[in-house]
Amino acid sequence: MNWKTFLALLWRDARVARRNFVPLLLQTFLQPMMFVFIFGRVMVSSGYMPAAYKSLLLPGIMAISMIFTGVWAVAMPLIAEFQFTHEIEDRLLAPIENDWIAIEKVLFGAAQAVVAGLAVIPAAWLLLRPGVDLHLQSPLLFVGVTLLVAFFSACGGLALGCSISQTQIGLMFSMVLTPMIFFGCTYYPWSALANFPILQKVVLINPLVYASEGLRGTLVPQFPHLPIVAVLVALLVFDALFLMVGLRQFRHKAVT
Amino acid sequence: MLAGIRTRDLRKVYTSPPPMAAGGGFVPRRKNKNQPAREIVALDGLSLDVTGGEIFGLLGPNGAGKSTTVGILTTRVRPTSGQTWIGDYDVWAQQVEVKRLIGVVAQRPNLDFSLTAREILLFHGAYFGIDSRTRTARATELLDRFKLSDRADQLVRGFSGGMMQRLSIARAMMHDPQVLFLDEPSAGLDPQTRLLLWEIIREYNQSGKTILLTTHNMEEADALCQRLAIIDHGRNIALGTPAELKASVPGGFLLRLRFGTHSSSLLEQLKTLAGVREVRRHTDSENGADVYADRGGPLVSEIANLAATTSVELSDVHISEPSLENLFLHHTGRSLRE
Repeated sequence: MNWKTFLALLWRDARVARRNFVPLLLQTFLQPMMFVFIFGRVMVSSGYMPAAYKSLLLPGIMAISMIFTGVWAVAMPLIAEFQFTHEIEDRLLAPIENDWIAIEKVLFGAAQAVVAGLAVIPAAWLLLRPGVDLHLQSPLLFVGVTLLVAFFSACGGLALGCSISQTQIGLMFSMVLTPMIFFGCTYYPWSALANFPILQKVVLINPLVYASEGLRGTLVPQFPHLPIVAVLVALLVFDALFLMVGLRQFRHKAVT
Repeated sequence: MLAGIRTRDLRKVYTSPPPMAAGGGFVPRRKNKNQPAREIVALDGLSLDVTGGEIFGLLGPNGAGKSTTVGILTTRVRPTSGQTWIGDYDVWAQQVEVKRLIGVVAQRPNLDFSLTAREILLFHGAYFGIDSRTRTARATELLDRFKLSDRADQLVRGFSGGMMQRLSIARAMMHDPQVLFLDEPSAGLDPQTRLLLWEIIREYNQSGKTILLTTHNMEEADALCQRLAIIDHGRNIALGTPAELKASVPGGFLLRLRFGTHSSSLLEQLKTLAGVREVRRHTDSENGADVYADRGGPLVSEIANLAATTSVELSDVHISEPSLENLFLHHTGRSLRE
C-alpha cells in the first residue's frame, strides 16, 4: 500500500467532483426533494396523508439519496472508464496494488453518499416544516448506521459498475435500483407490510430495507422499526458481501 | 541503472473475445476440432531478451500478439504460462515495483477526459509520488516539448487524435520511467509529428532508457529500432538488427509475379536465371510466384522471355527493393499489409 499514490487518486476524484459540482447537486437532490414536496407537503396539507407521515418519510428519503449517490458515484465512472474512455488504465499503471484503486473509488463514493445523506436532512426539514419530529437519541449509533449505509452503497456501485456493460445502464436503473427503492421500506416502515406476509419476508434480501429501517430507528424511533442490532448485523454482512463481489469483479476487469 | 526486458516461453490463450487491454484484432486459430471454437492463441511460446538501454521493436501484422506481449509486460494481461521480468523484477509477482519502472503508451487513447492536459500530467506525476515543484516544472517542459502548451489548460475531450497521442506519450514520460512501452506510437500522426516523435524517442533512449515499441510500419522499425523481433501468430520468427534482418532475405530484391496459367516447368526454369536465389509459388493463388533475387528490374525482361517460350502469359510483375516487408513475406508467405 502506497499512501502517496492513494491520496493522489483521492485528490484526482475530488478535483473531478468539484468540476461537476452543479450537475452532481441536481442529480442528488432534485428527485428526492420533489418527492418530499409532493408527499410530505402537498399530500399532507391537503389531508390525504396524516401529518406524522412527514417524519416517517424523512429517513427513507435520506436512505434513497445515499444509495443512489453511492451507487452512481462509483458505478457510472467505472462503466465509462473501463468501457468507453479507458482512462482508468492510467491509474491501473500507478505504483499501487490494483485492489487499492477499487477501494479508493469506494471510499470516495461512500464520502459522497454521506454528504448527500446529511445534506438531505436540513433540506427536507426546510421543505417540510413545521411538523418534522426528529429524535436523535444516540448520535453515535446514527453515525454508525450512516457510515455502513454509505459504504454498502459504494461497494454496490463497485460491483455493478464492474459487472454491467454500457448498454445495460438503463436496465440497472429499472431492474435493480427502482425495485430496490420501492421494496426498500423507504416510503413506509417494514411493519406496514404485515398484511403481505410473503412479501414482508422476501424484502429482507433487499439491503435498502436495513438502510431505511436503521435510519428510521435512529432518527425517528417513535415509529415501528426493525431491531437496531439486526440492522447493524445485516448492514455489516451486506458491506462485506458487496466489497468482496465488487473487488472480484474489479480484478476481472483490470487484468485479462 | 539500465533495465532490460526478458520473457520466457510466454503463452497466452484467450477463451473469450479479445480483451480491451490487448487491443483486440486477433486471427482465431483452432488447433484441433475438440477445442472450443472461441479459444484464441495470442502468444505461442514467445521468448525475448531486450537489453537495457536499447530501442527494441516488435514488428508484425495485426493479431500477431504484439499488444498482448505489451499487455503482459505491463501487468495488464495475465499470461497463461511463461515468465517475464523487467529489470530484476518478476512482472506478475512484483507488480508495484514493475509499475514504478515502466511508462506505457497504449494503442488506443486512454486519457482522463475529466481533466485538462496539464492536470493529466500533474496527477500522473502525483500517482508516482513526484513532489509538487518537480512535477509542475516537468509538466510544463513536456507540454512544450510536445507542442501542446497553447491547449494545456483545456479539457482533452476536444483534442484531435494526434494531440491525444502526443499527450499520451508525454504522460508516459512524466515519471521518467526506465522502460518505455509504445504500442503503435505513430498511428494516426501526420508525417511531421511522426518525425518529432522519433526525435523524442531517440533522445529519451540516449539518456539510458530502454524502449520497446510495436509497429507494423516498416519505415518506423527501420528508422528507430536498434533490434527487431518479427512476430507472427504469437511466435518470434526472426530477430536481429534491421540491417541483419534485411540481409537475411535471399538476394534482397523480391519480384512478385502473376501468370495467366500455372506451369511448374516455368518455375523450375526461373530458378536457373542469373541472380535468382529462390522461387516460391504463392500459397493463396495457383498462378503466382515470388522470386527472390539480387537484382530487380533487369530480371523482368528475362522472365518475360522465359514465360513467352513456355507459352505462359505474364500478367503482373511487382518489384520490391530490399526491405523488412520482403523479410516478413519471406518468413510467412504473407504481406504485412494483408
